[in-house]
Amino acid sequence: MAESPFKVDIERAQKELTEKMTPGAIVYLPGSSVINKTGSWRVFRPEFNKDKCVRCFLCYIYCPEPAIYLDEEGYPVFDYDYCKGCGICANECPTNAIEMVREVK
Amino acid sequence: MPIRTVMKANEAAAWAAKLAKPKVIAAFPITPSTLVPEKISEFVANGELDAEFIKVESEHSAISALVGAAAAGVRTFTATASQGLALMHEVLFIAAGMRLPIVMAIGNRSLSAPINIWNDWQDSISQRDTGWMQFYAENNQEALDLILLAYKVAEDERVLLPAMVGFDAFILTHTVEPVEIPDQEVVDEFLGEYEPKHAYVDPHRPITQGTLAFPAHYMETRYLVWEAMERAKKVIDEAFAEFEKKFGRKYQKIEEYKTEDADIIFVTMGSLAGTLKEWVDKKREEGYKVGAAKMTVYRPFPVEEIRELAKKTKVLAFIEKNISMGLYGAVFTDASAALINESEKPILLDFIAGLGGRDVTFDQLDEALSIAKKALEEGKVEKPISWIGLRKELL
Repeated sequence: MAESPFKVDIERAQKELTEKMTPGAIVYLPGSSVINKTGSWRVFRPEFNKDKCVRCFLCYIYCPEPAIYLDEEGYPVFDYDYCKGCGICANECPTNAIEMVREVK
Repeated sequence: MPIRTVMKANEAAAWAAKLAKPKVIAAFPITPSTLVPEKISEFVANGELDAEFIKVESEHSAISALVGAAAAGVRTFTATASQGLALMHEVLFIAAGMRLPIVMAIGNRSLSAPINIWNDWQDSISQRDTGWMQFYAENNQEALDLILLAYKVAEDERVLLPAMVGFDAFILTHTVEPVEIPDQEVVDEFLGEYEPKHAYVDPHRPITQGTLAFPAHYMETRYLVWEAMERAKKVIDEAFAEFEKKFGRKYQKIEEYKTEDADIIFVTMGSLAGTLKEWVDKKREEGYKVGAAKMTVYRPFPVEEIRELAKKTKVLAFIEKNISMGLYGAVFTDASAALINESEKPILLDFIAGLGGRDVTFDQLDEALSIAKKALEEGKVEKPISWIGLRKELL
């Protein structure tokens, strides 16, 4: 990482983020989504049927999050921590290999 | 050597901006402050000022552009007035809440309806609760100096709040007066380069600005703005002292004039202070024990200074070019609040004058004096507020 031209004590800033308010309520710690699992919003979850999958990657391309990654063989893997359950993958899948089912907790 | 020349307050504001070297200026022309961005665009076009000049489609966009630029970590400037300032209203809160030290020149003008392009302070007074510091200039020299001072205070790490500098429409904006333009080197020494420490854009250190605050955090953010405004009082005094040392011109939050033995002190802001001092001279010759005081800083409100002033007199009368509908003038209301718990306080009076550019004449000030004298003699006040110079035959 290149040296920042700004005089910012990032250590202090990160400490302050968790311990007290910053001027202007600025969040100095990037990547708060690592803490906030957006998948908790989900109402429907995608269920994947490997037998129907032709590994076209369309679900991977269309996922807006992106909460789908591909395993070594090229099959999609769903990251349920971040999948919001929008259903775009199921809608785009040409072989109907993805089915949206109601999330039951 | 500082150049001594003659110019309008609008030009003085543009010169102040040039001397402060902002990196981004965004402005939309509005009477009476149009000349400010015009002049600055000339400076930029001539290569005298190395800055990005953004021509926007409204004042709402102008201030929004500056919020973006200041959040990216540069010094910024704009000028506006009246409805233009009112159009900026919602973004003014954002600038203050994000603690961005934006500086803005205001050609103080009345608000519609009816449409009126002339002077009063209703536009900036209406923005008093946004979290912006407010300075008011008596003359063109002060318009220049206060803009430099506004940068100094706004960018101080203890403050980090935006500031507006008001100067009266046409009375100052379009009137040519002698103005001393300070040396660039001295201004550089005074202001220094703006080094963003809390708000910046840096790809290596991504941060989130202007974020959402739930009820669990919002109140604390507002408290921090309030606390910064409290701290600004001391920072302003320091900046005034340093300014005097560097430029030789003295500023005070409340400047007093012949108040030592005065029974009645009139307090005002802006160009009216000049008229008032002249009138006080005349009244002193006639044997009246009157004094004048000028508020240079309206936000943060100079509470301590008002208390000191109140101790010196029997009647403290405010003359202001604004009105809060449903109550009194804003300056009077704020000053009354500052004195509320004082055990001994003078009689407080409020005079509304000069709205929409009506000249405040000696006759009107005499009218105010007769009301103040009556209150002093009787020791009571029937109605604290009086509109002076009203054309009663029209009502």
